[in-house]
Amino acid sequence: MLGEGILKGLAETAKNFAGSYVSKERLTTVQYPEERIPTSESARVFPFLVYDGPDWEAGLRCVACQICEKECPPKCIYIEKSKDKKPDYVGKLQIYPARFDIDVSVCMSCQICVEVCPFEAIKMDVEFELSTDDRFGGLLRNRQHLAKSNEYYHQIHPTEASEVDARLGEEKAKLEAKAKAAAAAAAAKAAAPAAPAAKPAESTPKPAEGTDKQ
Amino acid sequence: MTNSATQSAINTQVEGWNRPREIEPDGDNELLEVAMGPHHPSTHGVFRMDVALDGERIIRLKPVFGYLHRNHEKLGEGQTYLASIPYTDRLDYICSLTNNWAYALAVEKLGGIEVPERAEYLRVIVGELTRVQNHALSVGFLIQDMGASGTPLMYAFREREKILDLFEQLTGSRMMCNYMRFGGCRVDASAEWLDGVRKVVAGLPAFADEYEALLCTNEILMARTQGVGILPPELAVNAGATGPLLRASGVNYDLRKVDHYSIYDRFDFKVPLGDHGDVYDRFMIRLLELRQSIWILEQALKDIPGGPIMDPKAKIRGFRPKPGEAYGRIEAPKGELGFYLISDGGPNPYRYRVRPPSLINLTVLEDMCLGQNVADVVLILGSVDIVLGEVDR
Repeated sequence: MLGEGILKGLAETAKNFAGSYVSKERLTTVQYPEERIPTSESARVFPFLVYDGPDWEAGLRCVACQICEKECPPKCIYIEKSKDKKPDYVGKLQIYPARFDIDVSVCMSCQICVEVCPFEAIKMDVEFELSTDDRFGGLLRNRQHLAKSNEYYHQIHPTEASEVDARLGEEKAKLEAKAKAAAAAAAAKAAAPAAPAAKPAESTPKPAEGTDKQ
Repeated sequence: MTNSATQSAINTQVEGWNRPREIEPDGDNELLEVAMGPHHPSTHGVFRMDVALDGERIIRLKPVFGYLHRNHEKLGEGQTYLASIPYTDRLDYICSLTNNWAYALAVEKLGGIEVPERAEYLRVIVGELTRVQNHALSVGFLIQDMGASGTPLMYAFREREKILDLFEQLTGSRMMCNYMRFGGCRVDASAEWLDGVRKVVAGLPAFADEYEALLCTNEILMARTQGVGILPPELAVNAGATGPLLRASGVNYDLRKVDHYSIYDRFDFKVPLGDHGDVYDRFMIRLLELRQSIWILEQALKDIPGGPIMDPKAKIRGFRPKPGEAYGRIEAPKGELGFYLISDGGPNPYRYRVRPPSLINLTVLEDMCLGQNVADVVLILGSVDIVLGEVDR
């Protein structure tokens, strides 16, 4: 019969139309600015720099090794190394980024900077509303804009962040054990020739522990 | 104007066109030259067709592309092997995962890297999910081009959305996935993700049923597509057409069966073939392939093994393969997608070349369109299923 196929098609659409009043699964759209779907845990939009502790400038994990700058496919990262050094999370003196800029308009959210970073310093954010009315200055994010706390990282990527923390903790424990062993060896050495010399050697691990906590 | 005068006018215009004119104008009417595109809504991007019309009939058609050229191949030659992967996402931006796969396959051949079994399974799963969403989308757009604005396309989008959500959960991005690496995949899939895929795949046959009930026997669709834009199998083979376009003409050529790449030998699936080579066959082939992909997905999800997802010997950063050349190709949803790489031992390829299925399939567009009506050109172009990101590169 002519028109049978059209009627069959109309029956399908009618079923969906009527069903949208009953079943939530048939209502697939979300009224965006008012309603929001929670972002997925593995979502990635734009990189940020992780810092530990309360002070963003002192706690930045980045040591300005410039690997991400070199590997970034569209070359949107600009880093300037510092002239001086500051202690990093294990208390070792390291260079830090005096300038760290990422251009929002060039970045293509590929996550390669995160993959190549050996210091777990750069991670992907889930914030996607990055539009601005300042087309030159507003799109170039400097290190202060990019710095976000480790707590924030835990908030947006909980599983990944706890894995990273466990890994960093292990490294730190290893370094600590190494430092302790070295200190113990030094103490043993110092203890051998003269007994009073052992006292200052024993106290050396203490400041190291203090810096570890931050 | 007399008939002979029109003839000579055409003949002077014909010079420089790449194909001899096959259709004779039948009236005294002057030919009308129309530029369809580059911003025509039916051209799926910035693509122009310069058509010469005799009334409603197409006398000549010249595809013009290059508006979206962004130097993909030259960029690839100036960058490390790793840095090219996010750029391959942007070739055929509907199916970024199959682009990743073809590129990774080429680099693996070049560097002699093995891929662990679990990674192969993950590649098949995401590759077939990509095929499902691409075919749903291309069929939806084809119907949209026909004038059925809205409903069928939105039904396809609804299903695609579920698959894109799965991609986001796994890779972090909905479309620009950047998931595969030479030697495996970037992140492992969790058990919850696989359960999510099982749930979506279980719902797909219902979608295919619904779509077929909605469209396959629709009189308007049949009248518009049957016998339109016929591509003879000999021409399809000679022109190098691949993918659903070639199989709709009845040529049994599917790289998954022919090339034995990855682990497709382990799965039981059929290659659907058309027998007329018209637009309706191309439409049906996509729906049938979608069902075969669901079947492959079910098998892959059933016996995905555990284990590593990266070859421990694979070096992502500072990868320098030995001098040599390699061509990696896969059956992408649109046809044979190949990457040809020459290495001179440096950190970036000496030569980087893409064989995009959309571009090669477009070469038969004029032959399919000659003698058809203007309105059918839109349909025929829609049935080729092009993405301009891949055509222009």
